Amino acid sequence: MREITFAEATMEAMAEEMERDNRVFLMGEDIARQGGIFGQFKGLPQKFGFDRVRDTPISETAIVGAGVGAALAGMRPVVDMHFVDFITVAMDEVVNQMAKIRYMFGGQCKVPMVLRAPDGAARSAAAQHSQSLEAWFVHVPGLKVVIPSNPADAKGLLKAAIRDDNPVLYFENKDLFRMKGPVPDGEFLVPIGKAKVVREGRDVTIVSYSITLHKALKAAEKLAEEGIEAEVIDLRTIVPLDKETIFASVKKTKHLVIAHEATKNGGVGSEVAAVVAEEIIDYLDGPIKRVGAKFVPVPFSPALEPLMLPQVEDIIAAVKEIC
Amino acid sequence: MEFSQEQLKGFYRTMYTIRSFEERVNDLFLAGEIPGFVHLYIGEEAVATGVMANLRKTDYITSTHRGHGHTIAKGADLKRMMAEIFGKRTGYCRGKGGSMHIADFSIGMLGANGVVGGGFNLAVGAALAARLMGTDQVAVCFFGDGASNRGTFHEGLNMAAVWKLPVVFVCENNQYASTTPYRTSTSVENIADRAIGYGIPGVVVNGNDVFAVYEAAQAAVERARSGGGPTLLEAKTYRIKGHFVGDPELYRTRQEVQEHLENDDPLKNFRQQVLGANRLTERELAEIEAQVREDIEAAVDFARKSPFPAPEELFEDLYVESGEAACGK
Repeated sequence: MREITFAEATMEAMAEEMERDNRVFLMGEDIARQGGIFGQFKGLPQKFGFDRVRDTPISETAIVGAGVGAALAGMRPVVDMHFVDFITVAMDEVVNQMAKIRYMFGGQCKVPMVLRAPDGAARSAAAQHSQSLEAWFVHVPGLKVVIPSNPADAKGLLKAAIRDDNPVLYFENKDLFRMKGPVPDGEFLVPIGKAKVVREGRDVTIVSYSITLHKALKAAEKLAEEGIEAEVIDLRTIVPLDKETIFASVKKTKHLVIAHEATKNGGVGSEVAAVVAEEIIDYLDGPIKRVGAKFVPVPFSPALEPLMLPQVEDIIAAVKEIC
Repeated sequence: MEFSQEQLKGFYRTMYTIRSFEERVNDLFLAGEIPGFVHLYIGEEAVATGVMANLRKTDYITSTHRGHGHTIAKGADLKRMMAEIFGKRTGYCRGKGGSMHIADFSIGMLGANGVVGGGFNLAVGAALAARLMGTDQVAVCFFGDGASNRGTFHEGLNMAAVWKLPVVFVCENNQYASTTPYRTSTSVENIADRAIGYGIPGVVVNGNDVFAVYEAAQAAVERARSGGGPTLLEAKTYRIKGHFVGDPELYRTRQEVQEHLENDDPLKNFRQQVLGANRLTERELAEIEAQVREDIEAAVDFARKSPFPAPEELFEDLYVESGEAACGK
């Protein structure tokens, strides 16, 4: 199979969906003339015009708000947040408008909109350009939340998100943009709400997603050398959560570790742990462990940044504590 | 400007409907028949009426927590409005929105917004959609003097101006941002003066004169529809009722309210103008009033007799289940 980068995969997804449906358009800061700060929009305005691939003012509130308004009026906007850290500026638009409008208006309307949000700590971008904030949106009914870990899922989930009639938050780790991987030719969709078992094992389930999934796989390889066979699940979607896949695995391995780059406190891992504890705790042969970032803002210095983030060794240690 | 008899009757019917609807809601709320809380549009009727008379059914509006007047003037059904305010399943939002969140997408009414200043960018987006689809629809954003101090005002006006979108921003300056007097919280004498910061026209109009509002809105809507870009239209008006029903109104005197009611009530102004000029008769106005009262009583009756939502409706309307969903169906 051909290999392309994560950024190219998202570009293909957008281009194919724009070809297919002229209601799809893109807007955000620096996406048209610059091609996106990670190159993930390069070439699209030349193909589809600067009306459908729009550079916006630095106005996150207006960008998200106008996306919602355009969606209400029949368009299918894909809105880029530049960095997830700036979604804070548009929280009313995301939480009070985008997520709630359909419900509070009794289903009269829909908001078919995708909000792309590059996240993660990479190369000393410091506290305001490095966060992973996906857990916040697990708490808000009305949104769907996807978070791919590789180019194929990046393409398939973005296409699915664009076609979904609900608002979808699409988190993409900045360090994954350059990652190459196999992506099928032609029409390729990944269903929202379906996790994937990416490595089978009998001793422990490691639930992860996005860039940390790759750390979980490395941890699984090292654990295998010591005779511990880890099953690794890539959530891919965190709302709605694919409980079925998680439960099936935990029932088999009887041990659960959840690993993500976002802060451990109140993270997605807390939700997964709670759901497993509530519904299938009897299957567990030990405590559930969560691995996440330390409870501090992301520091600038290359000497400190890696200490704050969860590493392969942290996942291995967590597994060994319970297996 | 010359107005036909039908236009004049239409103005009065709309203004009187809003006034009577709101008075009825006031009484029903105090009687304990309406849950939640309600913000009344009494005193501001000429603004919604004069602006909406320039709009087509397909044009968009965004509204505020004080949105009953906009909704009525855009042509919504009184029964479904009243049922929504009662929290009934026959209401516009099937009882999930209430007074602050009435919407009617079939007439371009994109919803009342409970967040002050929440509507600016929704209107900008709707106008952007019209532009991208190549229609000549216009979006009108109603907001209050308080909302003009939100950051959304700045971002929305700038974006609409720089993209020359077909938006009309209508500020209803009713002198109070919730309980705070306008001049103690706002840096300018006229909110319309802020238009200069966006390179768009800023127009001040007497919001208690439906004819003046109509003419000013006509120019702004035509400008938007013909590709001239947005206008900031400020209608100076007065909120005769409190911020919400039950507001103790500690921030103003009863005398101040009474003076406005006596000297600058938009309905009184209208009656004086059309009766003084012999354009409509007392009898014609009375006929309109009788019909409106009947319609409103029918709406109250409908709301009272309608069922509440069933428990199983709690989870309905959250996500779109059907249609072309994620699985590539």
